[in-house]
Amino acid sequence: MPRLMPQTTPIEVRGLVKRYGELLAVDNVDLTVEAGDVFGYLGPNGAGKTTSLRMMLGLIRPSAGSVRLFGRDPQLSVSALEGVAGFVEAPSFYPYMNGRRNLELFAALDAGDSAARIDESLEIVGLADRAKDKVGGYSHGMRQRLGIAAALLRQPRLLLLDEPATGLDPGGMRDMRDLIRELSARGMTVLLSSHLLAEVEELCNRVAIVRRGRVAYQGSLADLRQQAGEGYRLRTTDEARARAVAVAQAGITEVVAGENATTFSARDEAAVSALSLALAEAGALIVEMSPRHATLEDLFFRLTEGEESALASETRPKLRVA
Amino acid sequence: MNPGVLTIYRWELRKLRAQKRTYLGLGAAALVPLIFVIALVTQGGQPEEVAFGRYVNETGLAIPLVLLLFGSVWMFPLITALVAGDIVSAEDRHDTLKGILTRSVERQQVYAGKVLATLTYAVVAIAIMGAVALGAGILASGFNSITSLSGTEISANEGLGLVGLSLLVYLLPIGAVACIGLLLSTVFRNSAAAIVGTLMFSLLVQLIGILPGLEAIRPYLLSTQFDAWQGFLRSPIDWDPVIRAAWVCALYAVPALVAGALVFLRRDVAGD
Repeated sequence: MPRLMPQTTPIEVRGLVKRYGELLAVDNVDLTVEAGDVFGYLGPNGAGKTTSLRMMLGLIRPSAGSVRLFGRDPQLSVSALEGVAGFVEAPSFYPYMNGRRNLELFAALDAGDSAARIDESLEIVGLADRAKDKVGGYSHGMRQRLGIAAALLRQPRLLLLDEPATGLDPGGMRDMRDLIRELSARGMTVLLSSHLLAEVEELCNRVAIVRRGRVAYQGSLADLRQQAGEGYRLRTTDEARARAVAVAQAGITEVVAGENATTFSARDEAAVSALSLALAEAGALIVEMSPRHATLEDLFFRLTEGEESALASETRPKLRVA
Repeated sequence: MNPGVLTIYRWELRKLRAQKRTYLGLGAAALVPLIFVIALVTQGGQPEEVAFGRYVNETGLAIPLVLLLFGSVWMFPLITALVAGDIVSAEDRHDTLKGILTRSVERQQVYAGKVLATLTYAVVAIAIMGAVALGAGILASGFNSITSLSGTEISANEGLGLVGLSLLVYLLPIGAVACIGLLLSTVFRNSAAAIVGTLMFSLLVQLIGILPGLEAIRPYLLSTQFDAWQGFLRSPIDWDPVIRAAWVCALYAVPALVAGALVFLRRDVAGD
C-alpha cells in the first residue's frame, strides 16, 4: 500500500446527495477541508449534517456524488478511514461492558497499535477513574468523552465530530472546546458539526453553513464576518422610485428590495447623505433610513432560516451560493 | 494490518459472554435434560410414544436421543434463535455498528465474525445439552446397551459413539436455523422480531410437513433434517438421511447467509 502523501486534502466532498424517498436530506453538497483546518459544519437540526457525516465515514451510501478522505473513497473500503476517526450523533458503546473493555474492543478492530494508547486516551478525556464501570451507567457527557477517547486511539490525522458538545454541561463544553483546540494545535485536522454558532465561532477557522441539505455558505469565518458587515435599511414613500435612485447613486451598492423596506450598502457615510438628498429630489421621501449592524448570528439565521429566494445569488451577491 | 475475521470472532464471543441472553440459552440447554431426568427418577414411567422413550429407564444413552426428538419442535430452534436473532440487531439496538464500522474492519469481516460466533454458541448449546443429558441419564439409568431402531442390541460404548455422531448431525439443521436467525436479525434490526420470526419459520415448516398430499417434499423440509441422526441408530447405519441432511440444510443455510451478508454489506447505518 502506498504511503499517503501528506499534502492530500483531508476531505473532498463533491456533489453529495442523499435522498430518502421524496426527501432530499443532503442536496448537492461540496466541501473541502484542508489540512490543519478546524472546520465548522454549521446548521440547524435537520439540515442534513449528520447524514453528510455518515456518508463521509462510509456508513451510508450517497444517492449521488463522492467523498474522498485523503484521496480515498470510504464507500469502497474501510482502508479509506486510515488516519480518520470520529463519531456521528452520540457515540455508542456496549452498555454491558465497562469503558475500558469497550475501548479494548475498538482498539482490537483498529489496524494500528491502538491498544497501547487506551490509558493515555482515558487520561486525556478524564475518564481514567471510571474506566472500570459499565458504560450502561455512564452519563451522556461521559459517553461523549469516551467517544473522543475511542477516536483518539486511532491517532487520527482527521477527526470528524458530530455535535461534540451537545448534552454537555457548561464545564463539559469548555473542556471539550479546550480539547479540540489542543488536538488542533497538535496538527490534527478537525471537522465538527454544530448547530451552535458560538461554538463554531470560538473553535473554527473555516465554516460551511447548511440549510435543508444545501451549503449556503462556505469559506473562512473572517470572510463571513466581513460579509455580515454593515448595511442600511431604507423606507420611503415610493419604494420603486427609491430603489431606482439608489441603484443609480454613486457609492451605493447591493440594493435589495425587502418585504417592507429596501436595504443597501454604502461605501461611506457621505454616499449615504448624498443618497438622502437624491431621494428627496426624486420625490421618494424618506420615512426611515437606519444603519444595520448585522451580526454573524443574523447572517446565520438569514442563511439558515430565510426563504429560498433570500439565498438566490442575485439578491445576495456577496454570498457564494452552493 | 487489518485485524481480520479471527479478531472479530474473538470479540463477538466476548460480547456473547458478557450478555445475559447467552446464559439464558445455555442454561436452558443444561436445565432441560436435568429436569427431564429428575422427572423420570421421581415419577417413574417413560414417554412411550417416541422412539427410545421406552428405554429411558434402561440406559442413560436414551436420554439425549429422546431430548433430540422433543427438542426439535421448538426448544433447540428457540435456544439457537435467542442468539442468532439478536447478534446483528443488538448492534442496532445499542447503535454500535457505526462505532465498529468506522474502525479498520470491513463489513463482510464483521458479518463473518458474527456468523462464526453464532455457530459456536449453537455448538456449545447442543454440546451442553448432550453432556448434561448423558451425565444425568447415565447416573439415573446406567451406562447400558441400547436397542437400535432396527431392534438390534448396541453395546454401551458403541452407543455412546453413535449418540455423539447424532448430536453432530443434529447441528446441521441447527446451523441452518442459526443462519436464518442471522438473516432475520439483519433484515429486521429488531431482536424480538428476528427471534420470533425464526421460531415461526421453524414451526411453519413442520406444519407443512404434516399437510396431506405433500409427502413428496417432506424429505426436503428443514424440520425433517432434525430426524436425520436416527440413521445412526439403525443397523446397518443408514447414511441416506444423514447425507440428505447435509445438502438440504446447506440449501437453507447458504442462501440465508448470502442474503444476510448482502443486506449487511449494502445497508445504510443510520440512526432511527
